[in-house]
Formats: sequence, structure tokens, C-alpha cells
Amino acid sequence: MDNDVMTGDLEVLTFALDGEMFAVEAGLVREILDMVPVTEVPNSRPSMGGLINVRGKVVPLCDLGPKLGLERRAASIDTRIVVLDLRLDDEPLSVGVVVDKVYEVTQIAAAAMEEAPSIGLTIRKEFIHGIGKRGQNFIIVLKIERLFDIADSVGVG
Amino acid sequence: MTANDPVATFRLEAQELLDQLEQALLDLEQSPDRRDLIDGAFRALHTLKGSGAMFGFEAMAGFTHHVENAFDQVRKGQLAICPALVGVALAAQDHIRGMIDTPDGEHAARGDALLAELAALLTPCGACRVDDQPPAQRWRISFRLAQDAMAMGNNPLLLLDELRGLGHCTVVALTDGVPDLAEIQPDGCYLGWDVVLTTTVPRAEIEGVFLFVADDAQLSIEPIGLSDDARLGEILTARGEVTQQLVEEMIAQRPVIGEMLVEAGKVSPEAVKSALAEQGHIARDNLQTAKLAKSADTSIRVPAERLDELMDRVGELVIAQARFKQLAAAGGDPQMKAMAEEMDRLSSELRDTTMGIRMVPISSLFGRFRRLVHDLSRDLGKSVRLVTSGEDTELDKTVIERLNDPLVHLVRNAIDHGLETAAERTAAGKPGEGTVRLEAFQSGAQVVIRVSEDGRGLDRARIQAKAEENGIIAPGAKLSDDELFQLVFQPGFSTAKEVTSVSGRGVGMDVVKRGIEALRGTVDIGNGSHGGACVTVRLPLTLAIIDGLLVRVGKGRFVIPLADVEECVELTAEADAHSRGRSFLNIRGDLVPFLRLREMFSTVPPPDRYQKVVVVSVSGRRVGLVVDQVIGEHQTVIKSLSCLHADIDAFSGATILGDGAVALILDVEHLVACGQGREEDRRLAG
Repeated sequence: MDNDVMTGDLEVLTFALDGEMFAVEAGLVREILDMVPVTEVPNSRPSMGGLINVRGKVVPLCDLGPKLGLERRAASIDTRIVVLDLRLDDEPLSVGVVVDKVYEVTQIAAAAMEEAPSIGLTIRKEFIHGIGKRGQNFIIVLKIERLFDIADSVGVG
Repeated sequence: MTANDPVATFRLEAQELLDQLEQALLDLEQSPDRRDLIDGAFRALHTLKGSGAMFGFEAMAGFTHHVENAFDQVRKGQLAICPALVGVALAAQDHIRGMIDTPDGEHAARGDALLAELAALLTPCGACRVDDQPPAQRWRISFRLAQDAMAMGNNPLLLLDELRGLGHCTVVALTDGVPDLAEIQPDGCYLGWDVVLTTTVPRAEIEGVFLFVADDAQLSIEPIGLSDDARLGEILTARGEVTQQLVEEMIAQRPVIGEMLVEAGKVSPEAVKSALAEQGHIARDNLQTAKLAKSADTSIRVPAERLDELMDRVGELVIAQARFKQLAAAGGDPQMKAMAEEMDRLSSELRDTTMGIRMVPISSLFGRFRRLVHDLSRDLGKSVRLVTSGEDTELDKTVIERLNDPLVHLVRNAIDHGLETAAERTAAGKPGEGTVRLEAFQSGAQVVIRVSEDGRGLDRARIQAKAEENGIIAPGAKLSDDELFQLVFQPGFSTAKEVTSVSGRGVGMDVVKRGIEALRGTVDIGNGSHGGACVTVRLPLTLAIIDGLLVRVGKGRFVIPLADVEECVELTAEADAHSRGRSFLNIRGDLVPFLRLREMFSTVPPPDRYQKVVVVSVSGRRVGLVVDQVIGEHQTVIKSLSCLHADIDAFSGATILGDGAVALILDVEHLVACGQGREEDRRLAG
């Protein structure tokens, strides 16, 4: 995913986290699961939510909350796990992300996308791909790899 | 490499052929008149020449042709195997390898030199003929024991078993002597037997089988001189059941001779049955010979990745099956349960078979060392004998491949550092020839490989001095033999007085240790029973599946590799209460320190009332791990953790349990090291 060129429409999956609407590129999403039993990994970082079983594969589950400066909400009937297929350092990585609610797969017109403003956001700018508008709502399109890429530095800062 | 690149395929095949050739040559050095080895070497050369020319390795084919000629002469008995010939052939074998690896390289000069050496040896000398095994002969054995034979303590089954031991055997029981039910004596022996036996043993040996029953039994033993495709009529005639003339008459009438003869009342149905069995026996004999000839090409080549993939799938199947079984058990539908059991059996068989495919006998590895020892003993001027045992011990293919480098290093060390020169040995009253032993055997879920020699052994004083010099231990430190010897695995440690080309740059043993630990194995060194140093390597059978002990700590479930577990005991309330100041258990008089996994994992829920201690052994020491519950054994398919969890080294991986939940696999060694670190922190803080 390139960070500057945004030609054409972007197909995204939209979801809610702590009352905000976020989106990730739909092509990265492998599947969406209901909550499953999670195995905690003792002594791991707080953002690492544990491990889940996705069709016989052990997949780490991440809580994006701490990295995005959001509160974690208690699991509800709407809570879902979005399983993403990413590439980190050229290694394939499957990772699950807990979200409060999944809305839909939708198109965001390139014209409706804007660069993240440098002020007015609690989320670090390098995590954001752009801000899309949808009706009256803003959608924050996440640059999801970056969230895992600099996972270590976040804990310090 | 793509599978359909013919040159690459040829290279692979050539590697194998060259390996076979090398083994055959090295074996021939020991036993020069083994016919099968000579044939094997010849065949390998012949195939190399043929397929080499086909794939454009003409120079190699031309060179190989000459070597093949030499072995053809050996085969024909015109040339005897001698160490010089083996030496040249080994060098030629290396040369061929070189020509295949770099076909454009400059090989001509070396090749000519080798051929000249070979030609010098090709002068015909005393032929070494090998007595062929006597050809197998078929015998027709017909016997009927006395009616009271069983009452006398004879057992015809044992006789038949003994006959089976002599060779390929077809037994037909003749039931025509069995009386009506009312007249049968329960211990009477009414049956007769016709046996067709193909064997290489002489007649006397067959007669020996009947030694104790021969007096009262009707026994006939006669050779079968019929051609391989004998007809039933011929067989019956040869057995004297009918005359040739009668058979011919019958054949003239109808085609199915056996039935006709019976119908005509000329022979009993039993006799025909027996004769048919004889015919079948001969056919099977021929089939077997054909199979033996064919067995060379019944194996197929499969890329290793496909096997890995297969193993992955099977691992997933095993997990899915475990869930299915659990669901079926909960559902209570008996048909479902039966199905689940059936599937369970199938999937575990499939798992074993798949694991079996990946298992390779360690002989493929040991074989390489014979050449290494051969060359090293020449280079270092030490006479060395390599003794190997347990070559058929099997290990996972990946393990075997990655074991090569560490073992090469150990064998080199053994010869270079371990063994003295012949002069030193003779002075010490030992035989001039040193012995390096390579042993492999399976012990539980582990394979043990031992490299030992009968050299001077590890020198305590020198190791201590060296360790002090390198600052690995404090001067004057008191260490047990065991602790001291383990120091040679420290990086940068070498006691060799002089650096040789073979070993001794001090980068050895720590690399060995790391290589073996990467395979989840352990390595120990000590002085062995033969006087010299003895390195023991312990490896898991496979990297993909382990047996584990499933335990619970708080709400989390964890797998402890069963290979690490020594025993499980209860944590008594007494020991629990005392353990604020000291965390020791008294197990049959031994002090065993223990760690509480609840504390290490910061578990929140309150502990169970009766906690258990799983005693594990960590590099020779026993350590207890306190858990809430020991659930039981668990076949564990290892899944590695993603890079996101790479910073946590207390776990070596994860697995999926029967109910679909994920459980972590403890890395006992790192866990204990981590626990020690914590205790020290606490002590410093307190």
C-alpha cells in the first residue's frame, strides 16, 4: 500500500472502535469471526491480546486500543475479530484484530479521501492512510501494517 | 530447482549414485570379495556413464567408462580388489563428482593422471572368485504323522514352522484321512501335509526337521525337477499320482485336467489340490525373484516441501479429529461415536505413516563419516577405525540434514584432538590403531547419538587452566567434572596446543552446541568407558509433533514437553506454607528447587487447593514447576509463534487442543533461566 498515490476508489472494510469509525483496505482482510476463546500469553505486551485458533492455525490477536489511544470496551454481541493477512518485513503474517462492531465493505471515492490533518487527532499520523467522508461521518482509514511495524517503540512512548 | 529440469534431476541422481559407489568402495576395502558390493559399484558406474552421456556430460562419461571397465574386470574375476584399487576408485569417484558439479572446469589433467594410475593396476592378477551361493532348490515334502503323534507330545505346527524357517514354503493340508465325527479321537492326528519348499539348505537339513517323528511318520522328501511353468498334469505325473499316458489321454479329451482326473476317479481331489498348490508355489517363487529384481526402482522422488505440506495438513487433521471426537462424545449419538473412533484410528495411522515417510535411517548420515574418517586418517597420519552401530535408527529428515555439520565437527575433533598419534598410543600400551565409535539408538521419544574414541580423554587440568586463562571461570574455582567439561561448549574455547587445518580454531564446540539446540536437542561431553572423550547428543524424534504433558495454571493451559518431565508430585500444604523463604521440595531425600508458574505468569485467579509439582530436568538439574492441575498427556502439533510474540522466550510455540483452544508450549530451559533471574532480582531487592 503506497502512502501518497491514491488513484481510483479504495475498497475498505469499515468498523467501530471506541465510538470512532475506522477502515482497513478490504484486500487485507481474510475473514471476520465472532469472538472465540482467547489464550492469553503471560508476560506479553498489553497490546498483544493473546492467541486464537483460526481454522487450525495459531494466530496472534491484537488490541488496537492502546496504540490508537482508545479505550477498550467490554466485549458485546457485536464484537468481532477481523483476521488480516499482512506482510511484515516480507514475511507473511496473519493477525487478528478485535473491533467493537463491523459495518460493511464499501468504496471510498478517491476524491472523498483527505490527508490526515496534523492537528486535531489523538492518533499518530503515521498510522493513518487518509480520512474518508461518508455522508456525515468521517472514516479513518488505517495504515494497518504500520501499527505492527513499530509495535516496540509504542510501548516506550 | 524445478522438478522437471532434466539436468538438475540427473545431478540429484548422480549424487545418490556417487554416494552408493563410495559406500560400496569403502565396504570393499573391508571385505574385498563381497560380490554384491562389486556389482553395486559396477552398476553405479554404468548408470553414471549412461545417463551422463545422455545429459551432455560427455567428458565425465568418457572418464567413467575407464573406471567402469576396471570394475567389469573385477566382476569377471580377472582383477582382484586391493587397497590401491579402492584408493584410485575413490579418487576417481571424487573426480566424477567434480566433473558433474562444474562441467566446464579444468579436469583433463587430473583425469589423465587418475586413468594412468588405474591402468597400472589393470594388469591381470590372481583372480578372486567368490563362491556363489548354491542355487535354491525346490523340494516336495509329504508327511503324515502317526495317529497318536500329538498324544506323544509332537506338534505338527512346530514342524511346519520349522520348515517355513528354511525358505519359501507352501503348505497344503490333506484332509482325506479325517474320519467321521463320531470316530474322531480328540487327540488324534488325522491330517497329512504336502509341503513345497524352496530353499538353499541341503536335504539333510530338511530331514533334520523330522528327526524326532520320522520313526512313526510316513515321510517323503524329493527334489522337484520341473520347469518353472510346469502344467498340472506334469506335476501330477512327476508325483507319481498318474501316469504320463493317462494325463495325455485326459488332455486330449478336455482342457481342465485336474477336474477330469478327479472325476474319472484316477486321483483324489486332495492330490489335485496339493499339486495346484505346488504350481502356485512355483509361480510365486518366480514372482518374488522378479520383485527382487524390480525393488531397486520402486521408490519415487518427492520434493521435501511436499512432505512438509503433507505433515502440516495431517497436523491440522489430527487437531480437527480431536475436536470431532470431543463433540461426538458430548453428543451421545452412538453411531456418531463409533464413526469418531473409526476416524480417530485412521487419522492416527495417517499421522504415523506421514511421520514415517519423513523418517530417514541415520545410516545415510553415518555413511558420510566413513569417507571423512578415511581421508582424515590419511591426512593426519593416524590410523583410525570407525565403528558404527545403530545405523537403522530413524530420525526426521530435517533433523538428519541439520545434524550433519555438528556431527562432522565432533568426528573431526575426536580424530584430531581425541586420538593420539600411533607412536604415542603404542607408548601408552594401546593398539596403534585408534577407534572412533559412532552410536545411535532410540531412548523413549529421543534419539541418542554418541561420538566416542579411545584416545587420551578430556584433561581436567588443561580445561581448567584454559577456562581461567580465557576468563570463563574465576581462577581456582572448584567445579565438578561435569560442570568443567561443559565449559568446552563456551564460545572461544579451545585447548588444542596447535591449530591444525582440521580443527582447533576454537570456533567449534559452541557452534556444535548451538546447532543441536536449534534442533531442540542437548549435547553433553564427558570421558567415556573406552578411555577417550565421549560426546552424547540427544535429539527429539521429530520437529513437528511432540508428546506433551498438559497442565493448567489458573485458567490457562500449557504443554510441557514430556521429554523434559521426570515426575509429578503433590505440593503439600506444608511445603507450600514454608516456601516463603525457601522454595525447595524434598523428593526422596533430594532437594529440588521449584518455581511457581502462577507467579511467573502473574495469574490472577486464586490457586487450587491441591497444587501439583511437575519435576522437569533442565541441563541435568531437577526443577519443580508448580501448577494448579495436571490434565494429562497430549499429542502436540507444534505451531510456531508469530514474530509479534518473538520477545517472549518462555514459550517455544503453541498448539491447538481438542476443544479448539490454543495452549502454549513451555520452553522449560528458558523458563527456568527466567525464573532464576527473577529470584535474583528479588534477593537483591530484599
